[in-house]
Amino acid sequence: MPRDAEIRLRDRLSKLGGLDLLRGARLSGELERLQRQLDRIEAEPTDEEIWRSVELARHQDRPYTLDYVNRIFAGFFELHGDRGRGDDAALVTGLGRLEGRTVAVIGHQKGRDIKERTARNFGMAYPEGYRKAMRVMELADRHGFPLVTLVDTPGAYPGVAAEQHGQGGAIARSQAAMARLGVPTVACIIGEGGSGGAVAIALADRVLMQENAIYSVISPEGCAAILWRDAGEARKAAAAFKPDAAHCLELGVIDGIVPEPEGGAHEDHDEAARLLAAALADAVEELDDIPREELRAARRVKFRSMGVLA
Amino acid sequence: MAESSRIDVSIEHKHAPPEPPAKKHPNTCPGCGSHYRDDELEASLRVCPHCGHHFPVKARERILQLVDAGSFEEEAADLRSADPLDFFDLRAYKERLAEAEVATGLGDAMVIGSATIEALPCELAVMDFSFMGGSMGSVTGEKFARACESAVEAGVPLVSVSASGGARMQEGILALMQLPKTVVAVEELHEARCALISVMTHPTTGGLLASFASLGDVLLAEPGALMSFAGPRVVAQTTREKLPDDFGLAESNLRFGHVDRIIPRPELRSTLAQLLRLFGSD
Repeated sequence: MPRDAEIRLRDRLSKLGGLDLLRGARLSGELERLQRQLDRIEAEPTDEEIWRSVELARHQDRPYTLDYVNRIFAGFFELHGDRGRGDDAALVTGLGRLEGRTVAVIGHQKGRDIKERTARNFGMAYPEGYRKAMRVMELADRHGFPLVTLVDTPGAYPGVAAEQHGQGGAIARSQAAMARLGVPTVACIIGEGGSGGAVAIALADRVLMQENAIYSVISPEGCAAILWRDAGEARKAAAAFKPDAAHCLELGVIDGIVPEPEGGAHEDHDEAARLLAAALADAVEELDDIPREELRAARRVKFRSMGVLA
Repeated sequence: MAESSRIDVSIEHKHAPPEPPAKKHPNTCPGCGSHYRDDELEASLRVCPHCGHHFPVKARERILQLVDAGSFEEEAADLRSADPLDFFDLRAYKERLAEAEVATGLGDAMVIGSATIEALPCELAVMDFSFMGGSMGSVTGEKFARACESAVEAGVPLVSVSASGGARMQEGILALMQLPKTVVAVEELHEARCALISVMTHPTTGGLLASFASLGDVLLAEPGALMSFAGPRVVAQTTREKLPDDFGLAESNLRFGHVDRIIPRPELRSTLAQLLRLFGSD
């Protein structure tokens, strides 16, 4: 049975194939990308492949937000603090140049070694992080800068202080802030897209996922602990809720898959950054000429229609 | 082998292990141990007359408690969940859904419709914890979005009453997508200048707190309701901290500025009417 996503991709593929290749390399790159997405959809990932995605998404050498930021956004200037309570190092924000124009960047940041991991709280943000993100979203809107978000978190931090500072409300309001923006917004899941902490910065016009990233409502371990009453059944849980990019594309949750270097993004940070930069630039360009109101309306319609009913 | 011939003598269990505490009857108050007939509890709005503990209220009963008699007109009652992932944990999701429908008489964990409260028109979206823990899947999200749209069409405020553990894991990533879905629905509601009055009852946790429930123009909570993004067990396991006694409770949320008021259930109807008047529902 042909699935909607497949039909959409085939449709786009045939359209692109029929065009004169005026834009040269970029368009043929797009063709290749779509063909690759189609191939992935046709071969539904097996349970082993899903688990491999989980492992690669959490690989200790996988590039993190700052690895990409330093390679992709020229003249990156980091912005600190939520202007109220503190600066959350688990979520970095700033301004940089993408293909000659200024964009605002928001991304979760894990740490590379134990010291940095502790400082960055393993990429698990407090409400302060989401408030900083909201402040930068507003800044982007004010100045007409497109917004790029890079999602890589096991989830928002589950702690006493985080609750007291209003974790749930901060995540809700961060999404609401994104729903209001009148600038192009592109989100990419670059590692773990863990639940509310991830979607807080992913209510975007275009949501992309790297090939080996995962996006899920709960961690495989958490799901296994609740439904199987045994966190050791994480593989079974992952196979059941299918957090891999191909399934997310099929379910209409994401708009495209960003290829990674052979073997995974950790094998070649430079190449992974180049592929990500191209995808981000394409997405921003595609959205560029759409008027503010239309952009916002289309974004809302897209999320309004998420879900499957009987 | 030597080991296999060894006889284990346990000295730790000289006495029989204590009986696991018998599961309390749902009509026995966890606060003071008083026991009530169901009709007694119903008459007291399921608040313990002795100690004030708030028992859970099912969606239909909640609606009867709040609205003018006969004024509720249900919408989208025919919506049912699909099983897009063919989800199977220890049991099939389809089976769990069917069982929940038989047990509760509901199509999913939310009931929506229009009503009047003290003759003031409003739209209602009321959750039911007894349907799969009130978890939010595609149908719950869709019903909430439709409730927003009905409110906009009628130009009336929306009153939501949440009772949910969070997103429905059996719908995977699509359950997570109900967060942004309900958030954009609230944005549209707000842009049409319709109010959202969010009543949070026990429990309002996880994805609910991280989406529409927190976005009300006015946030009300019932006494003793757990309202946390992460549940107490998860927090205790992750942080190995000793949690404060009032961790995540409505009272703590009030103290830290996350809700406007805590409203005991007997005052909820009149409080909602007061707010509907202030927001100009008439």
